[in-house]
Amino acid sequence: MTLLRLIFEFFKTGLFSVGGGLATLPFLYEMSDKTHWFSHGDIADMIAISESTPGAIGINMATYAGFKTAGILGGICATLGLALPSLIIILIIARFLDHFSDNRHVQNAFYGLRPASIAMITAALVNVIKVALLDLNAYAASGNLMDLPRVIPIVMAVILFFAMKKLKWHPIVFLGISAVIGIILKL
Amino acid sequence: MKELLELYVAFLKIGAVNFGGGYAMLPLLEKDLVNKRGWTTMDDLADYFAIGQCTPGVIALNVSTFIGHKKKGIAGALAATIGFLTVPILLILVIAAFLTNFAEITVVQHAFAGIRVCVCVLILQAILRLWKKSIVDNITLILFLVIFFLAAAGSYVLPFKVPAAVLVIASGIFGVLFGKNGKSGEKGSGKEASR
Repeated sequence: MTLLRLIFEFFKTGLFSVGGGLATLPFLYEMSDKTHWFSHGDIADMIAISESTPGAIGINMATYAGFKTAGILGGICATLGLALPSLIIILIIARFLDHFSDNRHVQNAFYGLRPASIAMITAALVNVIKVALLDLNAYAASGNLMDLPRVIPIVMAVILFFAMKKLKWHPIVFLGISAVIGIILKL
Repeated sequence: MKELLELYVAFLKIGAVNFGGGYAMLPLLEKDLVNKRGWTTMDDLADYFAIGQCTPGVIALNVSTFIGHKKKGIAGALAATIGFLTVPILLILVIAAFLTNFAEITVVQHAFAGIRVCVCVLILQAILRLWKKSIVDNITLILFLVIFFLAAAGSYVLPFKVPAAVLVIASGIFGVLFGKNGKSGEKGSGKEASR
């Protein structure tokens, strides 16, 4: 019974949260108030954990809440519940595109969607840059523009940029090297 | 069956290293699925991300479902999606059971500060490659600038934040109204995207 409720609650979250991981947050707070499966503090912890593990906040929260409520099986059920609505919707859209991808209007829609998609990705990049390459707190404290850039990470980013152009290694290799550099330099 | 397993394993690997949100997945998809396996093209990926943005659910999952479906229908979609979920589920189960203060461990914090720098560069490179295929004229350039402005700075300038879904849907409608792709064009043949 608990398992079914877990699936149902996270199914709803998956169905109504549009626009990526953080969009699940308001639903998670609501669920916390209603079910007491996890606390607001748990959500804050999970945001931190999600930043340092692969996987989106919504997925991670589902696994976490499911596990706390009903063990390993609960974790799995809640996560699948969250994933199910988007799975169904995407399948329907994919079917539609199979049939209509040559349609002039669909083609034209993508003519507009692709620049929007890149713009959105670029906006996401700005958000990562704010955390990784800039020190907004130091800048806010001192008001001095010189405190804004984090010098070492920026130098590292420039080196990485050219290294990636030269060496066609897998991104995982660069991610691993960057993690080690982060530990060594105490970034 | 072999293909399904391949799909599952490919997405398991991507799910295991997909730090930094759905868009950070793009360089991984490009390397593994576009360049190495030729399962999809950069054009298609841009489309999937656009749709994944305005449909419910986590973007990374939506994109996994799309690629899985393209490769092997409904079973493929399931294999890719479950593959993508496998490592995050296992990791959180371990963290929830044993490591309550995982995110506060100093070594973890330093490692992820480093990883974030790398994620910046990876995303930037993916953008640069997508750019050539998608920003094809002045109209698309202006559209890019407007959407970027609204998505990145909109909430500072406007009294409200325009939801991403609204931006995406508006861009699609804009394309239908002003796009000049007469026929099917080169979509799907985008081999040069995989370079």
